[in-house]
Amino acid sequence: MSTEPDSAAEGIDWRSESSNVEMSRRDQLSELYEQKIRVPAVVAWSDDRTRLGILILSVYLFMALVDVLGLWRDPSPNQADRFLRPFENMQYPLGTTNSGVDLLALIIDSTPFILLMVLAGGVWATTLAVAVGTLSGYKGGTVDTVITTISDFFMAIPGLPLVIVLAIALSPENPILLGVVLTINYWAGLGRSIRSQVLSIREASYVEASRTMGTSTPRIIIKDVLPNIMPYVMVNFVLAARYTIFAAVGLYFIGVLPYSGQNWGVTLSNAYYQGGLFSMQALHWLLVPIIAIVGLAFGLILLSQGMDRIFNPRVRTRLTGESESVTEDTDASTTEMI
Amino acid sequence: MNYYLKRTAQIPLTILAVATLTFGLIRLLPGGPFTQLRLELLQQGVPAEQVDARIEALQNIRPDAPLWQQYLDYMVGVAQLDLGQSISLNEPVIDVLARSLPWTVFLVVTSTILMFVIGVVIGALQAYWEGSRFDRITSGGSIFLLSVPYYIFAVIFLFFLAFQLQLFPTGNAVARGVDASLSLAYFSSVLHHATLPILAFTISGIGSTALNMRGNGIQVLGEEYVEVARLRGLSNNRIATRYVARNAILPMYTGLLLLIGFRLGGTVVLEEIFSYPGLGYYMIQAVNANDYPLMMGCFLVITVTLVVGVYIADLTYGLIDPRISAGDSDEY
Repeated sequence: MSTEPDSAAEGIDWRSESSNVEMSRRDQLSELYEQKIRVPAVVAWSDDRTRLGILILSVYLFMALVDVLGLWRDPSPNQADRFLRPFENMQYPLGTTNSGVDLLALIIDSTPFILLMVLAGGVWATTLAVAVGTLSGYKGGTVDTVITTISDFFMAIPGLPLVIVLAIALSPENPILLGVVLTINYWAGLGRSIRSQVLSIREASYVEASRTMGTSTPRIIIKDVLPNIMPYVMVNFVLAARYTIFAAVGLYFIGVLPYSGQNWGVTLSNAYYQGGLFSMQALHWLLVPIIAIVGLAFGLILLSQGMDRIFNPRVRTRLTGESESVTEDTDASTTEMI
Repeated sequence: MNYYLKRTAQIPLTILAVATLTFGLIRLLPGGPFTQLRLELLQQGVPAEQVDARIEALQNIRPDAPLWQQYLDYMVGVAQLDLGQSISLNEPVIDVLARSLPWTVFLVVTSTILMFVIGVVIGALQAYWEGSRFDRITSGGSIFLLSVPYYIFAVIFLFFLAFQLQLFPTGNAVARGVDASLSLAYFSSVLHHATLPILAFTISGIGSTALNMRGNGIQVLGEEYVEVARLRGLSNNRIATRYVARNAILPMYTGLLLLIGFRLGGTVVLEEIFSYPGLGYYMIQAVNANDYPLMMGCFLVITVTLVVGVYIADLTYGLIDPRISAGDSDEY
């Protein structure tokens, strides 16, 4: 979360720079800790939504850990009675499927895969979008025209059908490749909105000053532009991650993505097509993967809502007691229309 | 240059680019549709020397011609609405597409408009009563809606309302035996079949629309011109519609392009779940049946539909915002 390259966003750059000379390495480190880890953590934790979001996401991380360390049994047919209901037999707390597979084992088994895929999709989409958006927004002129034309074209292609065509050719079974394929044209839209954010920043006086001083374009982008759009980027990273999981599960569900071993989408699909629809007896088979998917997305959304506060300098100063006359900002920028 | 003229001129160019991409995907993607089709024909026992001829009959591409010739052939074919022959349905691809396109457009347009209107109204009320109980409850609800994908709603509706309670049909766009006509029976059957897909697709989008509108509304309500309008003694209705609503909805319009894209793409999953015979449904059927000409035809038409849909949405943008001219920026 604390990947901000510089704390210029708070506008206190000049102060910390002048005091750097007398500071020992230890002091520097402790200030860094204070600035980048403790304060954001305190701000994040003070908000109920973030707290809940972090808790939910830790549950998923924990499940991934359980699977990696092999602390829970692997799913296999006939490991238990068929159609056990949840909590009926505490050996199989979430019940079993029509072929006697432990549902909890199914969910846990694919958690690392899903998390990797979600991370890959989010990182790919946001990194590319930031690169494209800042460059075209800041440079303007021909560069802007070219990049905008290209991203306009990519925006004109609906995501899922393109992914389906690509999936046939690439058969992505590796979670990282899959994450990238799923968000193959997600960057275009995001890059476009980052561009419009950058457009307003490029006219700011401190950017003008850097330009007058002859600072190189990459340096201006990294030092002056990026810190300002970081909150927006982080929030959109989470939304891209959410999109990745929705798209993946949707496509697994209708059976157009190749898979080896079950995952949440495949489990949902099996529950749906193998009779889960017709009887109440198998309802839990349908509900367990649904809860796993919705839970992860819910955790991500809560985190993105709270993240806005971590990066919002006004909320931060109030928390560290530097200012009292701050009104809460509403999260106008947090939710893109998706 | 005139905005509308410029925008209209873009359409053929975009469609050309999209068709080129489709050709590229068919012909050049390693392991893509073309390779798969050839493999499939060979597996079916078609003699190797006849495969090219078969491919030519199925997809409007002559495999033995040079690449530029193939490209030209494909483009001419597309311009003449010849998209090849469907293998699984054994009829021209364009016939299947012509049959299914209206259903997809119907689903997407109806649900998107419903979603937009309901979301905007809820968001506006939230902004107006900011901090109230209503605001807190609906905000929580919106956040929850954001985390449930539309196909989950689809599955749940289908399970309870269609399979368990049998209130709604579980597939198709009209009941069997009801012919397309301007009769009441036809329309009610269409609506009955479309209710669940539209409901699932609408509900899942309301959350983000409402949250957006709430944020924009609160921002606009704090603007000075709203204060001035109050001081001028304008009626509340006029302030709400002309000053607040207009300015709050405007920023959401820019997201419309992406929104329509996501929703059109989403029909692939939605229609498959409801067995609703639209473009997305046929695309998945084609994928499952290894019917590559039909699959690429669906891909092309879904994309063209998106281009046209966004064009129409852009034209209405001018009705809300009279200042549409994005000046070119200087290069640094």
